[in-house]
Amino acid sequence: MNKLEIQAKVENLEKVLFFLDTELESRQVSTKTQMQLDLAVEELFVNIANYSYPGGEGMAEIDVDFDESAGNVKVILIDSGIPYNPLEKPDPDITLGAMEREIGGLGIFMVKKNVDDIKYLYSDGKNILTLYKSIS
Amino acid sequence: MLNIEKAKNGGYLTFVLEGRLDTTTSPQLEEEVNGAIADVETLVFDCSKLEYISSAGLRVLLAAQKIMNKQGSMTVTNVSEEIMEIFEVTGFSDILSIQ
Repeated sequence: MNKLEIQAKVENLEKVLFFLDTELESRQVSTKTQMQLDLAVEELFVNIANYSYPGGEGMAEIDVDFDESAGNVKVILIDSGIPYNPLEKPDPDITLGAMEREIGGLGIFMVKKNVDDIKYLYSDGKNILTLYKSIS
Repeated sequence: MLNIEKAKNGGYLTFVLEGRLDTTTSPQLEEEVNGAIADVETLVFDCSKLEYISSAGLRVLLAAQKIMNKQGSMTVTNVSEEIMEIFEVTGFSDILSIQ
């Protein structure tokens, strides 16, 4: 398992995705799956950067763990910010037209739609969000 | 990385997008769109070289769509299969005019 510990700032998004993409490419994960994981991690990392440490800054950790026998990858995002479970946010109404559609609410929805499973845990002062995605 | 090619011809405005439209690069597009959209009747986003779009990018497109719904029309063209899937999953395929 490889991990990246980095300051949770939006400016670091590129570094986070570069780390993730490098890991995925090393296992020849398809471009489509890479993009889907990039999307999920972008949304979650940006949320941590914008909301986890109100009035200050903090760290985020991204772990990438391949399970070859199960044919999947686990991507884990960890922060020590305020307790927050992004999965509790209700999905946007995707049937609304442009004028009624809200600008926000898309982020977590896109995470859910692009991974196979997500688990949230708050433990030891940390928010731990685990994404599961099949790579076979 | 995002490269934006803008072409304006009277009321016709086209953006050719190259690269990634994500949290880091979307503000760049937002600024370009806001700076040029005022008297536009036809707005086109050519996505033939667009590799990636996250919710930040979708928000810029949605904001532009809302404006163009009152001013004229907006079209998104040459969308790749992967990007099309994102549009479908988020319901944007029903909101945007995609060619």
